[in-house]
Amino acid sequence: MKRIYVEEKWCLGCHLCEYECAYANSGIADMVKALKGKDIFPRIQVEDGEGVHFAVNCRHCSDPICVKSCIAGALSREEDGMVIIDQDKCVGCYTCVMVCPYGAIMPAEGGKVAQKCMLCTDNQMNGEPNCVKNCPNRAIVFEERG
Amino acid sequence: MLLEGQQRIPSGCAISGVIDRSGKGMSGDVMIRSISVMHDRSNGLGGGFAGYGIYPDYRDFYAFHLFYDDTFAKTNTEEYLGRHFEIAYASEIQTRKIPEITDEPLIYRYFVSPLSRKLESSHLDEAEYVVRCVNKINTYINGAYVFSSGKNMGIFKAVGFPEDVGRFYRLDEYSGYSWTCHGRYPTNTPGWWGGAHPFGLLDFSIVHNGEISSYDANRRYIEMFGYKCNLQTDTEVITYIFDYLVRRKKLTLEEAAHVVAPSFWSTISRKGAAEQEQETLLRKMFSSLLVTGPFSVILGYTGGLMALGDRLKLRSTVVAEKGDKAYIASEESAIRVIEPELDKVWAPAGGEPVIFELYGGRK
Amino acid sequence: MSDTLFMYPEYEVVRDYDKCIACRVCERQCANEVHSYDPDLKKMLADSTKCVNCHRCVCLCPTHALKIVKSDDTYKINGNWNNQTINEVYRQAGTGGVLLSSMGTPKPYPVYWDKMLVNASQVTNPSIDPLREPMETAVYLGKKNAKIERDEKGKLKDTLPPQLKLSVPVMFSAMSYGSISYNAHESLARAAEELGIYYNTGEGGLHKDFYKYGKNTIVQVASGRFGVFKDYLETAAAIEIKMGQGAKPGIGGHLPGSKITDAVSTTRMIPKGVDAISPAPHHDIYSIEDLRQLVYSLKEATGYKKPVIVKIAAVHNCAAIASGIARSGADIIAIDGFRGGTGAAPTRIRDNVGIPIELALASVDTRLREEGIRDNVSIVAAGSVRSAADLVKAIALGADACYIGTAALLSLGCHLCRSCHQGKCNWGIATQVPELVKRLNPEVGYKRLVNLVTAWKHELQEMMGGMGINSVEALRGNRLMLRGIGLTEKELSVLGIRHAGE
Repeated sequence: MKRIYVEEKWCLGCHLCEYECAYANSGIADMVKALKGKDIFPRIQVEDGEGVHFAVNCRHCSDPICVKSCIAGALSREEDGMVIIDQDKCVGCYTCVMVCPYGAIMPAEGGKVAQKCMLCTDNQMNGEPNCVKNCPNRAIVFEERG
Repeated sequence: MLLEGQQRIPSGCAISGVIDRSGKGMSGDVMIRSISVMHDRSNGLGGGFAGYGIYPDYRDFYAFHLFYDDTFAKTNTEEYLGRHFEIAYASEIQTRKIPEITDEPLIYRYFVSPLSRKLESSHLDEAEYVVRCVNKINTYINGAYVFSSGKNMGIFKAVGFPEDVGRFYRLDEYSGYSWTCHGRYPTNTPGWWGGAHPFGLLDFSIVHNGEISSYDANRRYIEMFGYKCNLQTDTEVITYIFDYLVRRKKLTLEEAAHVVAPSFWSTISRKGAAEQEQETLLRKMFSSLLVTGPFSVILGYTGGLMALGDRLKLRSTVVAEKGDKAYIASEESAIRVIEPELDKVWAPAGGEPVIFELYGGRK
Repeated sequence: MSDTLFMYPEYEVVRDYDKCIACRVCERQCANEVHSYDPDLKKMLADSTKCVNCHRCVCLCPTHALKIVKSDDTYKINGNWNNQTINEVYRQAGTGGVLLSSMGTPKPYPVYWDKMLVNASQVTNPSIDPLREPMETAVYLGKKNAKIERDEKGKLKDTLPPQLKLSVPVMFSAMSYGSISYNAHESLARAAEELGIYYNTGEGGLHKDFYKYGKNTIVQVASGRFGVFKDYLETAAAIEIKMGQGAKPGIGGHLPGSKITDAVSTTRMIPKGVDAISPAPHHDIYSIEDLRQLVYSLKEATGYKKPVIVKIAAVHNCAAIASGIARSGADIIAIDGFRGGTGAAPTRIRDNVGIPIELALASVDTRLREEGIRDNVSIVAAGSVRSAADLVKAIALGADACYIGTAALLSLGCHLCRSCHQGKCNWGIATQVPELVKRLNPEVGYKRLVNLVTAWKHELQEMMGGMGINSVEALRGNRLMLRGIGLTEKELSVLGIRHAGE
């Protein structure tokens, strides 16, 4: 399965991916309209350290602990390996948020349910991850790796 | 308007050539008949012939053919010739007055041999000495032009249709083992006889059909070696290239052909190791003598003819054999008209040299 | 009055607040700290006085809310004293220092490339379609004046001195590691390898990681001899002696200590953090006969297996100099015109010394042919070859190939802000700051270089095809393919071309 990988070596910490993610999932065609004056809740988040930057989002683990821990059956693993969340089923207990070793699941805007990276399959980007497309240094890639 | 040599005039053309490999003589009439069927490929602004083996009695002398604008030029030239050569025989070239050919200059022929004292002090080999003298006359003596300078061969050319030019020069009265001829379609009216073809240097003569796109690259390169492209024609520069490669650099004709019309790099890479090495080397050594754009030439030399076309085959060439005779022409009709029954007819590939020589090779 | 007089910035950052979403990408990406976020106003602010107009923020702004405009602040209009001239006086009055600049001169000197037009076939001979017919762009650089010798079987012997084979007549100019970043070098090296051409180390030595690209590397030996040792010479495909650089003829190089990091120091074999100043002349070359000795020293050191290039700045008497070089044993002459780029040069020198490459190239080629020694050397033209059209014209004037520097950097992201000497290149090119260097991902960079040269190759083929030429060798020195437009008789005669319409 194609996954999103982040090359720490090339991540500049510009945080553009966060905004591109928020925009992709806003349901609004115009970026300015989607994001202006709003707080954003991106599904990819850049960790900044001393001279180190790293964008983090769902790894789509082969043995996902989040799926095991979900009390509502909202998280599941597709046949192709993608880990998905059904927000209609999510009860907002945030067990997944706590167990995810990468911090890649977080409360969605409004705080009622959890959210995670769905590889832009559930938004206006039609499966072309927007963070990958707009990363200025090709630090975020979308590829098949054994 | 600028004359030939003061500007570059592209032309389309017809070419034809024949050789009897047994060395038997043919009348120039055969070429006149051949070229006349390609009448529409010329426009009356230039025609000419080269005949080989036509001066057996003076075979050891350089036969200079000259155009003079006036007697003043003639006096100057003869004075110059006298200082540098022993003149065995000199006369006006006999012509037939016909209404189609007008405005003829004075046309003279000299059989000459370099003065040994002069030659020695020049520290040049004999051929180079002759070439330099010819260049001197053509560049520095106003109104004089040497248009043929080989041994036992001669070039005859004029403004007019080639078949008329042949009759004018009474070529039916000459006998040679090989002949080439040329009908010219210049895109201008230079009106100068020197601009007609063939172009010759020593025994090399070239008739050419096409317009090369590499002209100035070739010209500027070859002029480094003492050649002066006074006429600014393709034919002139191609003649110099062959003279440089064959006479001065001692390449074989086939090697020279690989320089002038080399195989594409992609083709070379598919050849055997030995060929690959030789052809790559030639291209590397003489890259500025690669000729691009359409051309089809017949190179005449003592003892043979070579046909060579550009590597994309942008101009037509047909070659044929019948017994001892071999033919080269722009169109098959020009061959069939003089020999309807042929043993073999074929169209050589672009860049593939076809060489016909007297039995026993070059002389 | 204080030492530093306030000068209104030449360019201003303009933000469209209707579009700005305050994502702060501009702030994070500006090494000059132009942008900032004001939490009270909840607005992005910009300090244009710090802006170098590198366009990094403009390019990265996700909502295209930014632009940089020329300021309309002006001193009283003066045909003689323009704003920049006045400001330079203020700056020097404040500092007492020599003004420094980067990249090629921005002064509006004539660009002769733009005053030459190319020919095409019509009727009397056919144009050739590069999509359907072979269209050869490969060239060999090196001496061609070998003797014809044959073996006992009559086969020609390969007597040619070593040659450089280029798949397309373009190479990347000398740009040192130090003046540009590790990632920029890696991009150039990988692109050269993939393209079948060469890049040039400049005088900064060769980083150990890049020895594997040796067969596509030209190593430079300059007056400072930085990084020159046995392995360096032996790894290379060719060796270039740098006598001069178009942007700064007559002076050496100056790499500020701040750019001499650990790796740069190791590669150059000089102390860390100390300015690297290469002398104006080579102190073992005070005349042409000395050059010959260096040429042969380098050939001896490398077993006569590598071509030696001598690079000179285009100066008034470059034709005579080139004639001397062609007899010095050098295989290739590189001529660098005065519009060529630099990582740092004194402004007055960059803007006033030297001559345009077009005129230098034409006069050198003509001179070498007049003397019958054009075969002794190949000619590489450099110093602002901006497009495939410039390349075509350079070859038609007589160049065997061209070096491209600025165009290569542009393809890596450079926006010609001409601030390389400040060492804070926001595009990760002309800097050694790790945070900035990483902005140039060689995986992206090398591909863009490959794209650029590939595109130029296609354009070269199209233009050659139009002229009815199917091998670039037949374009070289083919000046009949050029006509001047709006040039004087003298300019035409130096260029050796006719005027359009003639």
